[in-house]
Amino acid sequence: MAYRWKNTFTRADATPEAHFLNRRAFVGAIAAGVGLGMAGSRASAQDTLKPNDWDEITNYCNFYEFGTGKEDPPRYAKALTTSPWSIEVDGMVDRPGAYDVNDIMSEMTIEERIYRFRCVEAWSMIIPWNGFELADLLAMAGVQDGAKYVAFETLYRPEEMIGQRYPVLDWPYVEGLRLDEALHPLTIMATGIYGKPMPKQNGAPMRLVVPWKYGFKSIKSVVRITLTDKEPPTSWNRAGPQEYGFYSNVNPNVDHPRWSQATERVIGSGLFASRQPTLMFNGYQEEVASLYEGMDLAKHF
Amino acid sequence: MTGSTLGIVDRVNLFARRIPVWLVYGLVALPAPYLFYLAATGGLGVEPISALEHEYGELALKLLIAGLCITPLRRFLGVNLMKFRRAIGVMAFAYVFAHLGVWLFLDVQDWGRIWADIVKRPYITIGMVGFVLLVPLAVTSNNLSLRWLGPLWRKLHLLVFPAAILAGLHFVMLRKGVQIEPLLYLGTILALVGIRFRLRDGKIVRA
Ligand code: HEM
Repeated sequence: MAYRWKNTFTRADATPEAHFLNRRAFVGAIAAGVGLGMAGSRASAQDTLKPNDWDEITNYCNFYEFGTGKEDPPRYAKALTTSPWSIEVDGMVDRPGAYDVNDIMSEMTIEERIYRFRCVEAWSMIIPWNGFELADLLAMAGVQDGAKYVAFETLYRPEEMIGQRYPVLDWPYVEGLRLDEALHPLTIMATGIYGKPMPKQNGAPMRLVVPWKYGFKSIKSVVRITLTDKEPPTSWNRAGPQEYGFYSNVNPNVDHPRWSQATERVIGSGLFASRQPTLMFNGYQEEVASLYEGMDLAKHF
Repeated sequence: MTGSTLGIVDRVNLFARRIPVWLVYGLVALPAPYLFYLAATGGLGVEPISALEHEYGELALKLLIAGLCITPLRRFLGVNLMKFRRAIGVMAFAYVFAHLGVWLFLDVQDWGRIWADIVKRPYITIGMVGFVLLVPLAVTSNNLSLRWLGPLWRKLHLLVFPAAILAGLHFVMLRKGVQIEPLLYLGTILALVGIRFRLRDGKIVRA
């Protein structure tokens, strides 16, 4: 079921990192030369559709298993052993068991998905993920009738994940989706960025990406996937039920108690950039709004 | 007290006497433009706005705590840094002001939302109350006010205690989950405030 969704963003440049920066500088120089103003800044509408560069994506991470600072994960995630790695698929499935990530990868079609990524802290990036649809992995295990939810769990290994030595959250990190959300073509298990294996600070070797929900739903370094008929607990909801709901869909009209969700800061746009308006369902309204028809999204936030 | 601790205290006091106050102003002020420069040139990472907000906020908090240390240092250890107290207090306020400035002009930007945020977000409300309490202190941190206000000046400057507690609380509230760093700051502030007051006949009085 690969390629059920077509990228709306383009990656003009096939080569990441430095090359990418050069291109931006180059475009900026031309624009400045022609006198277009705003040159080089990502503030112009066209430019916001370009993915963030490798450095931005891999140096500004929320991955509390390695510390609460944004630079803690790139600093400390090196200690994580990601091979061998298997994902325990259990609960209401026909073929439960430990699935080795290499075996999973060999069965899957890896494609590129360039998605908006919106953190609940009101910042955003555009990330060119590589991965496969979660639906394909679930099909591999065989979802049984009656399953309604999918629960996910991150590795718990405080020897290597030093943030887990502190009670910031109730470890291990857990997340969940409704089954129809999990089966949606936009929902992927990401295995890389810019064609490279997933960096450890971004959730190696395999993580969930649900682009219309706040970033914390996209659980990293997954070791367990459980099919169930009950709404599973989720870490941030347990930590602050009045702040984080089960759904956590990106919604500019429903405020978080700490951050207004109406606008967002685009990472990489610099000290003097203006905030961008946040889009309903992070810009994926057309694709996913039907999943929530008839639901009061202010109540089910 | 043993001879050696006296020796250290004496040496510190002697050293402090030789340092001009303007030097303290200067040294404490330096990080502000430097951090701003770093933020503008990518030195504070890919999200410079909140990075700068955090840097200024944390420096403000550290200076508030440093200011609260000065009286106990003299009272309990005999270390006399009183002549720097005003400089540290004024610079703490300057960093709070810079912190607020980043929030207003670089972070929120939208004037309609600023008021909404102050009213609706408890950690902002608390930070703002802390700031407002500090304003009269900054304004009266000069010899003229000291003379004019007389004994009232001391009363007025008691406001630094609630302001510091609110600042610590603001920090604890804005971090997600249970985090140790802000709790250590708040604990330090509560301890420093605590040692300044005594319960006498059911009333709180200055120690
Ligand atoms: C009493 C004076 C204040 C002090 C000492 C103070 C201190 C701090 C500290 C230490 C931080 C966290 C830095 C970090 O995470 O490393 C912070 C963050 C912050 N403060 Fe303040 N603050 C004060 C007043 C204010 C005021 C008046 C406002 C706005 C009205 C404000 C808005 C913020 C914001 C928006 C953040 C960042 C929150 C985030 O990360 O989302 N603060 N402050």
